[in-house]
Amino acid sequence: MRLLRAMLLRDLRLAFRRWGDVVSPLMFFAIVTSLFPLALSPRHDVLQSLGPGVLWIAALLAMLLSLNALFRQDIEDGSMEQLAIGPHPLALLMLYKSLGHWLVAGLPLVALAPLLAVTYYLPGDAVAALCLTLLIGTPTLSLLGSVGAALTAGIRQSSGLLALLVLPLCLPVLMFGSRATALAGQGEDISGPLLLLAAMLALAASLLPLAAAAGIRISLD
Amino acid sequence: MLLARGLTLWRGDNCLFEDLDFALGEGQVLLVRGPNGAGKTTLLRVVCGLTRPEAGSVLWKDQPIADSDEYPLALAWHGHQPGLKSDLSIRQNLEFSAALRGQAAGAWQAALSELGLAALADMPVRQLSAGQQRRTALARLLSSPARLWVMDEPFTNLDAAGQAYLQGRLQGHLAAGGLALLAMHQSLEALPARELWLGAAD
Repeated sequence: MRLLRAMLLRDLRLAFRRWGDVVSPLMFFAIVTSLFPLALSPRHDVLQSLGPGVLWIAALLAMLLSLNALFRQDIEDGSMEQLAIGPHPLALLMLYKSLGHWLVAGLPLVALAPLLAVTYYLPGDAVAALCLTLLIGTPTLSLLGSVGAALTAGIRQSSGLLALLVLPLCLPVLMFGSRATALAGQGEDISGPLLLLAAMLALAASLLPLAAAAGIRISLD
Repeated sequence: MLLARGLTLWRGDNCLFEDLDFALGEGQVLLVRGPNGAGKTTLLRVVCGLTRPEAGSVLWKDQPIADSDEYPLALAWHGHQPGLKSDLSIRQNLEFSAALRGQAAGAWQAALSELGLAALADMPVRQLSAGQQRRTALARLLSSPARLWVMDEPFTNLDAAGQAYLQGRLQGHLAAGGLALLAMHQSLEALPARELWLGAAD
C-alpha cells in the first residue's frame, strides 16, 4: 500500500511538473472532436450517428499521444534500473505505472467527454454510456500502451513504431466502446458490451503488466 | 557469498569476457579494472541481474540471483546514472527509494547530512551540480541496509572530501561484514582490495 501511494505520488508529481505534456493530449481530444461538427453538416441526425465513433477515436488517439514518454525518462535517468533490481516484482510496479498513466491521461478524458458530447446532440443515455465505456475502456488502453512503451523504450524515434504496435490491439476496445455508446443512444440495452469491456480490462490488468515487465527487462539489457 | 561462474558475454563481435569466475566473501572488496569499453559496467550490470550473460551464472548464497528472495534486498546498485528524478527534490527522490525498498521514512536523513546536503533537501535535483547528484545517489546507497554494494566508478565527480568520506564508509561497510564490487580506474590505497582485470589481453 505504501509502495502504491509512493509510486502514484511520484508519477503524479512528475506529470504535473510537465504540465504541457498532460494538457496537450486533452487539447487534442477537445480540438479534434469539436472540428468534426464544423467540417461536416450541422444536422442532428448526422452528428448523432457520427458522435460516438468520433469521440471514441479521438480519445484513443489522445491516449496514444501521451504514451511515448511513459518509460523513456525512467530508463534514461537510471530510475528504471533501481525499480528493476528492487525487492518488488517489476510487473506489480508496471501495473502501478499504468494506473498512474491512466489517472493523468485517461481520467481527464472521461471527465471532458460529456462536455464534448453536447456538440453531437447525444441524448442523455448515450452520454452516460460514453462516460461509462471510456471509464472501463481507457484503463485497458493504458495497459496495452504500457506494453508497447516498454518494448520501444530503448529505441529512439519510436513513436511511429509504438502506434503501429499498439493501435491494432486497441481496436476491440474502440469497437465495443463506440458501439455501446451508439446503441445506448437508440435506447437499447448495453450490458453485453459493457461486460465485455470489463472482461477485457480484467484480462489486461492481470496479464499485460507481466508483458510490460518483460519488455522493460529487454529494453534495459 | 557472491559467486560468479563461467560468465561469458559478447557484444556484437566483441567478446567482453569469457568464462569469468570470481567469488566475494564477507568483508571483501573486488575492484573491476580495465580500459574504457572493456566491459566493467556490463559486468556490474550482470551481477545486478540487469543484463543476462550468454553463459554462466551469478549465485548469492548458492542460489541463482534470479531465484533468490534475499538478493534484491541485499543488493544496492550505484550506477553511472544517478537514478534520480530531476524534477523532484532530493527529499522526494530519497523518500520514494525508501518506500520502494521498504525502509523507514527518513532513513536517508543521517546519510544526507553527513554528505553535506541536508540544507538542500528541498531543492529539485536538476539544480544540483553533478557532484551533488552523485552525493544524493550515495545517500540512497548509504542509508540502505544492503550487504552488497555494486558501484560503478563511485569516486567520479566527488571532491577530495567526498572521496575520503566514501573511502571511510567503504571501510566501515567491509569491517561490518559487507561486500563491495567496484568498477574503478585507480586502485584504492586505503583498502586491501583484490583486482579483476578485464580486456587485459588486448
